[in-house]
Amino acid sequence: MSHPQLNQYTAVQFSRIYGLGAARGDLIVSNDEVAGPIDSSDEWIRQRTGIIERRRASANLSLMDMAVDASQQAIAAAGIDPSEIGAVLFSTITHPHQTPSAAALLADKIGANPAPAFDISAACAGYCYGIAQADALVRSGMAKYVLVVGGEKLSDFIDPTDRTISFLLGDGAGAAIVGPSDTPGISPTVWGSDGSHWDAVGMSASLLELRDGTTAWPTLRQEGQTVFRWAVWEMAKVAKKALEVAGVEAEDLDALVTHQANIRIIDELAKQLKLPENVVVARDIVHTGNTSAASVPLAMHALLKSGEVKSGGLALQIGFGAGLAFGAQVVVMP
Amino acid sequence: MALSQSEVLAGLAEIVNDETGIAADAVALEKSFVDDLDIDSISMMTIVVNAEDKFGVKIPDEEVKNLITVGDAVDFIVGAQG
Ligand SMILES: CC(C)(COP(=O)(O)OP(=O)(O)OC[C@H]1O[C@@H](n2cnc3c(N)ncnc32)[C@H](O)[C@@H]1OP(=O)(O)O)[C@@H](O)C(=O)NCCC(=O)NCCS
Repeated sequence: MSHPQLNQYTAVQFSRIYGLGAARGDLIVSNDEVAGPIDSSDEWIRQRTGIIERRRASANLSLMDMAVDASQQAIAAAGIDPSEIGAVLFSTITHPHQTPSAAALLADKIGANPAPAFDISAACAGYCYGIAQADALVRSGMAKYVLVVGGEKLSDFIDPTDRTISFLLGDGAGAAIVGPSDTPGISPTVWGSDGSHWDAVGMSASLLELRDGTTAWPTLRQEGQTVFRWAVWEMAKVAKKALEVAGVEAEDLDALVTHQANIRIIDELAKQLKLPENVVVARDIVHTGNTSAASVPLAMHALLKSGEVKSGGLALQIGFGAGLAFGAQVVVMP
Repeated sequence: MALSQSEVLAGLAEIVNDETGIAADAVALEKSFVDDLDIDSISMMTIVVNAEDKFGVKIPDEEVKNLITVGDAVDFIVGAQG
């Protein structure tokens, strides 16, 4: 039996990031404010994590509010119309509904309805996962422009008496528009997961346990040492691999933008990569804290805004966290 | 070939120096990482991962807290070598 030949998408050769947007929590929370319930101190937190203060959202500022704000900035920076967005990818672990997705609501709120929209659950690797998928969607011809958002209101899921992670965390949203390009703007992605450490960082209990009354409100927890060692050692390998597949050397970079987990992880990664002095290392964690999926775009946005790195610069970005999951790529900064 | 105690000590001292700036000759067997060398728990982890790589051994998370002195670490590494 014969049938007509199918149409398939017409591929585009290259993609790039067009513009970024950033929204941070409206409250500045000092180390002294979080130290009490965990018998810690400003000095301990600064020395072990580099954090001086973190940004958190007040009760009146929702995850969606921050995501809309960041997305609108990214759309304006990209100079596109929201109706041209062909997919909305929202990476978050703090959207308080199992379903429907945060992405569908976001798409509607920013004027991208009826774009396909879905959430990504890859925690601190989520934004880099999103950029990987956006790159594939754009180059395959499936979407002209893709909105990628990493956003979290982690403060809804912390336990002030938890010493393992809560004091690190902040709230915010970062957004990027990815679209077609005449020149390469996003390298191949090195990404993966390691579920053998599924328990190393994540929620303290499941919703079923909450229903059955066997747990209090589930909050974030981690095995700090396991995660730290994985982050500095395995992620150094992932970062080196990302440079290799991108075809660039450490000295070709203008910036290193890692997930903002702990400044000591960031410094060790920079050391393992033997980054020359002139490569700017993003340290947004100092005043923002660890914002999980939002941390990479927030940190890159801050470097561009302060003028520390110019548009057109090359950045290695790498996200890593719960799953465990990781993703890294070299991008041309918008 | 397995390294001797003094070779492991020299290699470890090099890592400690590289990670913390502490002079390699201050890294003696009887010194405590925390109390004498003022190395915090985070630097300890970076020393451990670098030592695993350098000496080709596994130092489990649970073991790290037993490594109080430089000598403890050297003995563990010497014993863990294949
Ligand atoms: C969380 C983290 C800062 C804890 O530091 P750590 O060095 O591993 O802490 P340890 O549990 O080994 O504790 C070391 C000492 O500090 C104390 N301590 C632990 N947490 C503390 C805190 N929040 N405040 C004050 N003291 C603390 C411990 O009691 C211990 O004291 P002791 O030696 O007198 O017993 C660190 O493990 C970390 O940053 N991990 C990286 C993971 C990460 O950033 N993940 C983000 C998700 S991607």
